[in-house]
Amino acid sequence: MLATVTHILPLSRIRRARLLPSTGKVLVRTNQKVSTADPIAETNQGGKHILVNVRRALGISNVKDVERLIDRKPGDKLQKGDVIAQLGSFLPRVVRAPADGEIVAISNGQVLLEVQATLFQLKAGFSGIVTEIVPERGAIIETHGVLIQGVWGNKIVDQGMLLSLAKSADEVLTRERLDVTMRGAVIMAGHCARADALTMANELPLRGLILGSMKAELVPLANTLSFPLIVLDGFGQIPMNNAAFRLLSTNEKRDACLNATPWNPQFGDRPEIVISLPAEGELPREADDFKPNQTVRVQGAPYASQIGTLIQVKAGTTTLSNGLRVSAADIRLENDEIVSVPLANLDVLE
Amino acid sequence: MSSSIIEAESVLAIDVGSITTRALLLDVVEEEYRFISAGSAPSTGIAPYHDIGEGVHLAILNLQQILGRTLFSNEGNLIMPGKPNGAGVDRLVVNYSVGGDLRIVAVGLLTDVSLESALHLAGTTNAYVVEAVGLNDRQRSDSQLDAILLARPDLIIFTGGTENGATRSVFKLAELITMVCRLLPQEKRPEVLFAGNQAVGKKIAEVLQKWTPTHLAPNVRPSIDLEDLGPAQDILANVMTQIRRRQFGGLDGLNSMASVSPSPTSISFGRMITFLSQFYGGTKGVLGVDVGSSSTIMAAALGNKLYLNVYPFGQGSGITQVMQLSRPNDIAQWLPMHVPVDVVQDYLAQKALYPASVPMNTETLAIEQALARQVLHLSMQQTQARWPELPTTFEPIMAAGGVLNRAPLPSQSLLMLLDGLQPSGITILVLDQNGLLPSLGAIAKINSILPVQVLESGAFLNLGTVISPVCDAHFGTPILRVRLELGESNNPVIEVRQGSIYVLPLRAGQSANIHFQALRHVEIMPGRAREIESFKIIGGSCGAIIDARGRPIVLPPDASRRRDLIKKWNMALSA
Repeated sequence: MLATVTHILPLSRIRRARLLPSTGKVLVRTNQKVSTADPIAETNQGGKHILVNVRRALGISNVKDVERLIDRKPGDKLQKGDVIAQLGSFLPRVVRAPADGEIVAISNGQVLLEVQATLFQLKAGFSGIVTEIVPERGAIIETHGVLIQGVWGNKIVDQGMLLSLAKSADEVLTRERLDVTMRGAVIMAGHCARADALTMANELPLRGLILGSMKAELVPLANTLSFPLIVLDGFGQIPMNNAAFRLLSTNEKRDACLNATPWNPQFGDRPEIVISLPAEGELPREADDFKPNQTVRVQGAPYASQIGTLIQVKAGTTTLSNGLRVSAADIRLENDEIVSVPLANLDVLE
Repeated sequence: MSSSIIEAESVLAIDVGSITTRALLLDVVEEEYRFISAGSAPSTGIAPYHDIGEGVHLAILNLQQILGRTLFSNEGNLIMPGKPNGAGVDRLVVNYSVGGDLRIVAVGLLTDVSLESALHLAGTTNAYVVEAVGLNDRQRSDSQLDAILLARPDLIIFTGGTENGATRSVFKLAELITMVCRLLPQEKRPEVLFAGNQAVGKKIAEVLQKWTPTHLAPNVRPSIDLEDLGPAQDILANVMTQIRRRQFGGLDGLNSMASVSPSPTSISFGRMITFLSQFYGGTKGVLGVDVGSSSTIMAAALGNKLYLNVYPFGQGSGITQVMQLSRPNDIAQWLPMHVPVDVVQDYLAQKALYPASVPMNTETLAIEQALARQVLHLSMQQTQARWPELPTTFEPIMAAGGVLNRAPLPSQSLLMLLDGLQPSGITILVLDQNGLLPSLGAIAKINSILPVQVLESGAFLNLGTVISPVCDAHFGTPILRVRLELGESNNPVIEVRQGSIYVLPLRAGQSANIHFQALRHVEIMPGRAREIESFKIIGGSCGAIIDARGRPIVLPPDASRRRDLIKKWNMALSA
């Protein structure tokens, strides 16, 4: 059976295509070094338009007659007040640009002006090297190092020195644990249940926050923070999974890049933590079947976020304590306990 | 694509959901069509596969293993038509609900007329209406243009002009759509489905076709007072399939093998509910509900008329939309045990991240079943608000969806439906435990025999007849005396009290006459002029049920009392 794969890797080749949603301008070149928050491409998005009805303004019904009077073409940049069309020479009737803008279309006696374009800049997402340019869309960026994928992010991208505030994977982040010495750092903590802790983090401010879990009621506040927040295991009082906890603890003081993009299963985007290392790794697998000896993480009570080894996929269906009959596997947890877990509640760590 | 499956014997029906892909085999056994078995596998329309073919292949493989019947050739191709030795299948049909939300912009002349019908048409699929633009909505044309561009639609449903009605205004809207297309690169332009004034349809298509693929459908609003979505629904289904074929792989290959064009699951589901309404006849109409992970389909049919809508409420990714309209306590109130509301909220947020996950203990199963009640409630509420002319009683109510089908006890499925839908009067609840309805709907298009025979074959689980009397008595007051005529010496009498649920001692398939004696003013069939005194009843897997909890069901505000009551209701049904 097909498995969900999550990357929690001490050393991996990390290769990501960073592409604009529509055509635009690529700002980097091949072999250029980029940092997490560097813009690598930009495009105009969601511009505002003004439709100038020249036909109505000049009182002419014939479209061909109107278009002969329009002394502009698509692509022309206009300033407010510039003449678009004029009828007559003595006391002429004039149609002027109502605002600064660019003519994007002329049709049916109407002129369409783009007056306000929102510039969208795509950030690199992690520190690395540009290995390939995708013309008008973006670039492929690569590095080698630690790769940890999360389950929730607040859409912000940044990087900073990683500091661990958690001596254990289930330690709770409190306001009192944060102080000005952490300003500008990326903090790793276990669980956050209090809004005041996030507010304090925002006031310092931090450059990033990595949590094992968080209360769901904090999501609206987390979406207003000025730094990236990545949740690794989910919502509720769930300890950080040991694989990520160990990896982050042993990489303290290194530069951690956080791309807190929301998890989009349709396109495969996930919030990610990248810590570049001076070593070379391999590209990880993105898809796999369930097999014996795989390292897996359990999702859901009573074994939430626990890491284990898959012993075997059980034949047929297994009846759980609540009466549900499911496809399941036997898992040996890190405490050597052997438990049956539905396959749907496992992700393979690769 | 082959033309007819009327002479065919075996049919393989594929249902590609957002989480699970299923392969169902229907074949002739002892000269009648039967549902044989189903295989399943995780759906692969999303990353990293982006190709539903992989999931379909694995589902069919699973089916092959279960049946011990060869379905694939040595080269790995589906064997079609079937061989004399039983290998392969004769025909293939495909339904899908995978692919995330299709973004639709509705464009119409009048907000309350054609635009409303465009929105209703969009609502029959799991599409997401991202913007609605009406000529009379007071926005300037350039603001409307910006709104459509910002919405990034995959499809524009364009309506307007009753038959022999407005034409110039329709062309004005076509101009707006043309302007949208001019500003977008070719690959980003939305397709257009015009379902308005047929007199200008061809001209509109000529104008727009220069910029983007444009499709014509019969007018959804042929007159001010008449909305007719049926013919346009089929064309919308085809347009959606074309768009989906570009968005993810595998659908093209299935399309080339299938006997009918792959269809959005909701359209096939609605077709089957209409079929059932005609099949059963009667005056009550049939209700169908399918609770999915990302959306819920609700379809009611009275004779030929179908009322179909897909709601963005579900048991997985659909939780987000449920929580936009609900407080966590709306779900927690249905729990038979104490679970803090914030824990419920956390569980639901986690489930939205892992929609395929399974509850592993009693508490989390109870949370998911409580969620199902809220999903059903919201869907029913919105259906009734949109179509107030719909009756409150249907017979039967056909129910499907993982949370209902996989419940450990049929009584749990029954109670979720009763608590969520809160039907009144007399109805029969039927569980589509094998998820057959959409597949039968797809097959019914060109083979009306197969669905009838499968329906009568026991593939569906009759949960039971439910009688829901409506009375305004206080809790605990006797409202009815019910006598069941089982045999000469076995005629139990039950005194029905307000606020309780009773299971009548009828085995599945056992029939009896039931007699009512009202002890106060009570309606057994609301709206009926003459009250019912007796009728024949047949037991289902849960017997037959009298649900005297009142409509709407009002749960006690005191948490402890509420939990006791819910436990009592659960025990009454599962005893």
